[in-house]
Amino acid sequence: MMILDCLRMAGTALVRQRLRTGLSLLGVAIGVMSVIVLTSLGEGARRYVTGQFASLGTNLLVVIPGKNETTGGLPGMGGAPEDLTLQDAEAIVRRIPGANAVAPMSMATDLVSYGERGRQVPVIGTTSDFMIARHLRMAEGSFLPDVDNDRGAPIAVVGKKLAKELFRGERPVGKVVRVGDWRIRVIGVMDSRGVSVGLDMDDCVLVPVATGMRMFNRSSLFRILVDVKVRADQDETKNQVIRLLADRHQEEDVTVLTQDAVVSSFSSILNVLTMALAGIGGISLAVAGVGIMNVMLVSVSERTFEVGLMKAVGAKEHQILGVFLLEASLLSSLGGGIGLGLGLLSVEILGKVFPKFPAASPLWAIGLSIGVSVTVGVVFGLIPAHRASRLDPVVALARSK
Amino acid sequence: MILLDHLCRDYLVGGQTLRALADVSETIEAGEHVAIMGPSGSGKSTLLNLLGCLDRPTNGRYVLDGQEVSGLSTHELSMVRRHKIGFVFQSYHLISRLTATGNVELPMVFAGIPRSERLKRVAETLDWVGLSARAHHRPDQLSGGERQRVAIARSISMKPRLLLADEPTGNLDSAAGAQILEILETMNRDGLTVITVTHDPGVGQRAQRVLVLADGEVVRRVPGREIVEAYADFNREQQASAGSSS
Repeated sequence: MMILDCLRMAGTALVRQRLRTGLSLLGVAIGVMSVIVLTSLGEGARRYVTGQFASLGTNLLVVIPGKNETTGGLPGMGGAPEDLTLQDAEAIVRRIPGANAVAPMSMATDLVSYGERGRQVPVIGTTSDFMIARHLRMAEGSFLPDVDNDRGAPIAVVGKKLAKELFRGERPVGKVVRVGDWRIRVIGVMDSRGVSVGLDMDDCVLVPVATGMRMFNRSSLFRILVDVKVRADQDETKNQVIRLLADRHQEEDVTVLTQDAVVSSFSSILNVLTMALAGIGGISLAVAGVGIMNVMLVSVSERTFEVGLMKAVGAKEHQILGVFLLEASLLSSLGGGIGLGLGLLSVEILGKVFPKFPAASPLWAIGLSIGVSVTVGVVFGLIPAHRASRLDPVVALARSK
Repeated sequence: MILLDHLCRDYLVGGQTLRALADVSETIEAGEHVAIMGPSGSGKSTLLNLLGCLDRPTNGRYVLDGQEVSGLSTHELSMVRRHKIGFVFQSYHLISRLTATGNVELPMVFAGIPRSERLKRVAETLDWVGLSARAHHRPDQLSGGERQRVAIARSISMKPRLLLADEPTGNLDSAAGAQILEILETMNRDGLTVITVTHDPGVGQRAQRVLVLADGEVVRRVPGREIVEAYADFNREQQASAGSSS
């Protein structure tokens, strides 16, 4: 008996029971579609988050006050024994030769207004190196000048979106805005950069770090960004920064994050999330498998005489097993194919509706869902097929009389 | 061709052994046309199942074409059925979703015969039973007689040596029944051994000889031409026996 004959027999049996076949196909299709869509969402989340970090620049070190190695929690969330200071940032500039740019950051949210228009936006106190560390470009005017860190001029660079909303067609450069109680002159507008790790660079204000610290009444920094000259030296530079600050603070009390570590950490977490989502989809696929088994058991029961006849005309047990098993596999494979098509279509639609969310089904999920759907057919078709193959031909033929 | 030697078949029903066939010894020559008759429960179907290698005897020997088949494995019995035996059933047993061609083709599919060869044989057999024009009709598009002719075409598609017909005219009107019997007789004349199970003495008289079963035993062996009278006597005796026992 050839595989084509088996397929023909299985195909005609499935076509004959259109409603039952359709519902079984639907069950498997929904299962596979769930796996595809859910893993796409998980993968999309992973890509989105890692993309956000990567957009900061892959040579970037982020120095955060506090050390949380033992607890394994997110750095910066616990207490900081010693604050990061402007002097720390200056020491890094002086003593770390691998540092290309060092940008201290102080940060708060404040009311920024121009005339009657204003709203709360993040205000970041930093230096000219911030432009290098965050890969920024100017749309007009100039960035913060390269001056001593303790010189706090009342000047600001604004994000493009904020500039558009505040100035409504007027040229922003040279205008004076209010930031809290401060009157600040706008010297430049950043080119569009978008959201990066929760901070919308299009919707913020940058001021000199000394201005920011006075404005927020702070003596310590939020963090220090260090752009490393050579990517290969990243780990060495990181260790140098840790050692330097440990010397200055008399203890190792900072955490230095590399982009790779952050990206890898988030990527791992989100990979687990994706797999969990695949598991949830897999459950619906298993339910579909039970549906197939049910359908096949009913089918075997209804076609008892057919099995008896097959045996009477000389079919061997393994041939009958093959016919029913192929029927179940065909059902699950077709369902899997339909589910895959619908899943990919849904992901495509998702991409069109939410263009910023990079939803995409990972290849392993596609392969896995197809593999599992076929396996589901084989596994759940095995019991009914085995039952059919073991039917006593006399009983099977007598039952149809 | 067929040797039945003290053949018995017992069934275990509700913890008790029920003897369905008791000590049947018979020889059927190749090319014979034999009918098996008897009242319901006499063991006709049991004997037919054993002859068709669908079942195994509890005791005794069954030799088919010189091969002892009573001790064969399930797999080996399948091969015997495939190559040596054709079945015709009272209710045709055609697969409703398949066309006449598909149904006739079925035994050859399991035998692994290439499709081109199968279609050639299907065309020949359907032509032989006069159904060439109905090759692509499904069973529900055929009359009873036509369905039984498709079943006959299927039974001979593997060119068997033995044809077992279980009430082949039981569901047919007299004209269609006569046509089926004519076909069976023609096949028998061509050398096929035909064994027919029937309740109808009219069918039995077309056989060369008739075995009459009662309570699992062969109680009479009658030439086909004498079965009408002999079976009437047998029925009278049965009724008398039933009357006296009650």
